[in-house]
Amino acid sequence: MILAIVFLPLLAAIVAGLGNKQLGAFPAKLLTTGLLFVSCALSWPIFIGFMTGSLSASVTPVLHWIASGDMDVSWALRVDALTAVMLVVITTVSALVHLYSWGYMSEEPDQPRFFAYLSLFTFAMLMLVTADSLVQMFFGWEGVGLASYLLIGFWFRKPSANAAAIKAFVVNRVGDLGFMLGIFGTFLVFGTVSIPAILAAVPGEAGSTIGFLGFRADTMTVLCLLLFVGAMGKSAQLGLHTWLPDAMEGPTPVSALIHAATMVTAGVFMVCRLSPMFEASPDAMAVVRFVGAATCLFAATCGLVQTDIKRVIAYSTCSQLGYMFFAAGIGAYGAAMFHLFTHAFFKALLFLGAGSVIHAMHHEQDMRYYGALRKEIPLTFWAMMMGTLAITGVGLPFLDIGFAGFHSKDAIIEAGWAAGYPGVWFVGVLVAAITSFYSWRLMFLTFWGKPRWINSEHIQHAVHDAHDHGHGSHHADETHANPAKAEDAGDAPSQHGPSQQELKVGTGGYHPHESPLNMLVPLGILSLGAIAAGFVFAPFFIEAEHAGGFWRGALFFNEHLMHAMHEVPVMIKLSAAIAMLLGLGSAWYAYIRNTAFPSVVSDQFAVLYRLFLNKWYFDELYHLIFVRPAFAIGRLLWHRGDEKTIDRLGPNGVAWAVQLSSRGAARFQSGYLYSYAFVMLIGLTAAVTWAIAG
Amino acid sequence: MDGFPILSLMLAVPALAAIACLFLPADTARWTALAATLVDFVLGILLWANYDVGGAQWQFVEQGARFGFFAWDLGIDGFALMLIMLSVFLMPICIGASWRSVTNRVPEYMAAFLLTEVLMIGTFAAQDLFLFYLFFEAGLIPMYLIIGIWGGANRIYASYKFFLYTLLGSLLMLVAMLYMARTAGTSSIPALQAYDFPADVQTWLWLAFFASFAVKMPMWPVHTWLPDAHVQAPTAGSVILAGVLLKLGGYGFLRFSLPMFPEASGQLTWLIFALSAVAVIYTSLVALVQADMKKLIAYSSVAHMAIVTIGLFAFNRQGIEGALVMMLSHGLVSGALFLCVGVIYDRLHTREIARYGGLSINMPRYALFFLFFTMASIGLPGTSGFVAEFLSLMGTYQVSTWIALLCTTSIILGAAYMLYLYRRIAYGEITSEEVRGMSDLSSRELWLLAPIAAAVLWMGVYPESFLAPMRKDVAVLLQRIDRAAPPSDSNPTPGNPAAARAMQAHHETTPGEAHH
Repeated sequence: MILAIVFLPLLAAIVAGLGNKQLGAFPAKLLTTGLLFVSCALSWPIFIGFMTGSLSASVTPVLHWIASGDMDVSWALRVDALTAVMLVVITTVSALVHLYSWGYMSEEPDQPRFFAYLSLFTFAMLMLVTADSLVQMFFGWEGVGLASYLLIGFWFRKPSANAAAIKAFVVNRVGDLGFMLGIFGTFLVFGTVSIPAILAAVPGEAGSTIGFLGFRADTMTVLCLLLFVGAMGKSAQLGLHTWLPDAMEGPTPVSALIHAATMVTAGVFMVCRLSPMFEASPDAMAVVRFVGAATCLFAATCGLVQTDIKRVIAYSTCSQLGYMFFAAGIGAYGAAMFHLFTHAFFKALLFLGAGSVIHAMHHEQDMRYYGALRKEIPLTFWAMMMGTLAITGVGLPFLDIGFAGFHSKDAIIEAGWAAGYPGVWFVGVLVAAITSFYSWRLMFLTFWGKPRWINSEHIQHAVHDAHDHGHGSHHADETHANPAKAEDAGDAPSQHGPSQQELKVGTGGYHPHESPLNMLVPLGILSLGAIAAGFVFAPFFIEAEHAGGFWRGALFFNEHLMHAMHEVPVMIKLSAAIAMLLGLGSAWYAYIRNTAFPSVVSDQFAVLYRLFLNKWYFDELYHLIFVRPAFAIGRLLWHRGDEKTIDRLGPNGVAWAVQLSSRGAARFQSGYLYSYAFVMLIGLTAAVTWAIAG
Repeated sequence: MDGFPILSLMLAVPALAAIACLFLPADTARWTALAATLVDFVLGILLWANYDVGGAQWQFVEQGARFGFFAWDLGIDGFALMLIMLSVFLMPICIGASWRSVTNRVPEYMAAFLLTEVLMIGTFAAQDLFLFYLFFEAGLIPMYLIIGIWGGANRIYASYKFFLYTLLGSLLMLVAMLYMARTAGTSSIPALQAYDFPADVQTWLWLAFFASFAVKMPMWPVHTWLPDAHVQAPTAGSVILAGVLLKLGGYGFLRFSLPMFPEASGQLTWLIFALSAVAVIYTSLVALVQADMKKLIAYSSVAHMAIVTIGLFAFNRQGIEGALVMMLSHGLVSGALFLCVGVIYDRLHTREIARYGGLSINMPRYALFFLFFTMASIGLPGTSGFVAEFLSLMGTYQVSTWIALLCTTSIILGAAYMLYLYRRIAYGEITSEEVRGMSDLSSRELWLLAPIAAAVLWMGVYPESFLAPMRKDVAVLLQRIDRAAPPSDSNPTPGNPAAARAMQAHHETTPGEAHH
């Protein structure tokens, strides 16, 4: 069964990809989506099996892969509780995103390629989560990286999309450098790359030290930190996060699947999978905790001020991943996986909802040009509402009932206190307030207020087209041309862009249209997830009584911590809810009650505002210290090194010396010069050979 | 196959065909060359099929007549088998790649390629020191002619540079070989591999061989002949140069330097490591700024070959097997990349990257193949490049974490320059009318690229087929060189769980110290 789950998407990708145009859009869509739904239908029974306890961990070998001495790896599919969680997340979101793309990509001429990439991604992601060895995990890791590269650059005519695709791949490779060195180090220490074998041997390595780059340090700390660099790259943690916002160049369903629900959580999955290793190194745990908390806060501050709807959600994703990492960093792996699980549903929902808004607003992505969409696209509005209620963690603290994020995020915040890290707890609460603010800001700007659509170029184009040529005559061109304009603006944020109240009010004669059914159904299903995934599944992921029986060793489950989580003081229990209300209240004040307020604040704190808007200038900094020097040094080495030094002293020098020694030759023409050198060498070789051998 | 001189036959078929070609008209010469290379490929498959994996170290041994100072002794082990397979696999593809693009002096061209094949197979199969030397050095001549006669505008400079470099190194090697044969009293390679030269002599001999192999490899800083040679060579010339001739250096290290001078190899590992680490970073950065496609791929070859050398001198199984897979993988992948360049060069007659753009739009099949080989070049798991890079670097890590770190940057830099190349060629809008007029892969071109793609995928998903024949030879080599292995800088100490648990308990009693 697991073979079918993993390999059906691959089959779909191969057929749709190689068939491409000859196959046609409809069969390609039908095949990929159909097989994904089969995969999904097969995955849920496995997950339920682990919940009821009727299934236990298993490994299905497929093929021998690399055998080099002790380095012996097979292609094998491992299924345990941790994998089962990821299986349902991946196949469910992927199947729904496939379906959603029928509507969203319907104007796209190149559909088979798109669906093939989506299925290829799903296959790679499934290989990642079923990995039984670090090397196969790396295969999936790179495979999702490839699919991400292809999908970000799907609109390959756009220079910005190509740049974003390369950036995503290369920045991820920086993380992969750490991952690879981590695998090498792990093999060196344990003599194997099989995950269960490594985890079993971890306790015996306690107190051991290892040399690395001339230093000596605790073995497990070195290995965990190297592996964690890989996780930071894939999960866009602070320092290696710069690719994620740019990845929004890809079509929106891609953002939902890859850059929200699945691929970016691979790092969290990796840390949970290897949790016994991390548990053996308090220093590595401190780093995970710190990086997670820092990312959580950093990304939230960027999300506060972005105007592009997708970028707000992208930073929100980055920030939520930070939550997952600091949960892991305090030893609450169950809570980290739980937040990964619920986040997959509500964040995919928010992205697909945003896609539906963008679809309705004729590819306009700037929230400043939205407004008053609540009545126009009510179903999308309600779906987004469910997502927002989930991400901000709305719920009733003492009845323990609420939306998905209420269960998972609050568990992390409480666990932070219970584990004895008030600093982490404080960051968690602060970010909960910021999350609530930017999420409601998005909702208010988009769905409330007055329509500001007339200011949008996209809308003007749409109306113009409708008058001149009849709607839809330039569809193919627009899907390529229009997002380009919008997304370019996102890359270099306009510092003095119009604020909300400076814009004209008016519809511009445009009528937003609700999305078709194939886009609304996934929204509906994910809304259910956003509502219910929290309280239905909480017992299995984090409750001390049930969860041990669910995980059964698939990750390090700290029962003690999960108990303590429930015994935190009342104020701590309420803190997240209060933060959420504060965020909601201030967003309401700033974007509904007094819409002049945001510009007052941004003028007052101009430095901070610009810092956030420009994403703390990471891109500029990296460009300055990595990208430009790489090209400059490359040019220098080429001209000064190869041409001016090596060639001049080497072959050209020899030819020159030969020419000097054969005085009479006044011809400087290079051909002759080299002839002399050539003849002399041949002669010398022949003479030496003859003299010694003869 | 007992007693059947299959290796001699594999040499005779292209040799006779080469002579025949000289007397045939162009079209017949093409078909003759194709037939001869295909026959050799079939013989290669027979050779592989009859090779006893895990059997005797030297198989298909032929002890022939002595000619003056060298003997016609042939025989192969797993290393040689795999490299011969690479040669006979790429050869028909080279002939196919030249089918239309070469119209000038076709019979001589085909003869030169067939001669190259003879010399390559001979180099790998030779068991006599001087027979090896003959094949090894003579291999330069047809390549010199191919560049010099059928090459690009600046072919004279490139061909001389190529010859100067490679010949200079060889002289020292010849002197060393003569000394060895005198001292050990034999010119048989298997016998010399078991002969222990004194350690101080080893160092000199090692350096003499190094002079030749480093140029052939090519290692930094004697690599500058390669970009020029590639740029000027016709497509098929580049394929065979990158595919097989660059492997002669690595084969030399494997066959001579390591087993014959293990002590010297151990002592001079630092030299190889330092030059290789410089090469990886230096040539990758240079590749990033190239405006000429062939130069870019040529520089990337230097970086990849550096991964071979560090793997070989890691003195452990992962390193050596990784280096071997890298030799095979790079032979396939860079060969295919040069074919990809050739495909568009045939249409637009320029190698300048800036002249292209948006090829995904009108050449989707080409874009797919090019993407596949690009990914293989940057070592995406599932392709041969990953197995190679991964094992090689894993082996290196066990010796030096510094070198492993520096060389692993190739996965970042390689991705940067290859994806940047791919973006400029295949993505974006179509830039000019002449590019718009370019047609997608013809079925001939498809038949050149598809087999290589299949082999790359095979080697990436199930490398066992290629590793198995070489396994026992790696074991033999390791047994020979193990005594000289350089020390590791990792040296993990054994764990002490009891003491650590006490510390852990201490840690738990004082929680919350890691706030920020």
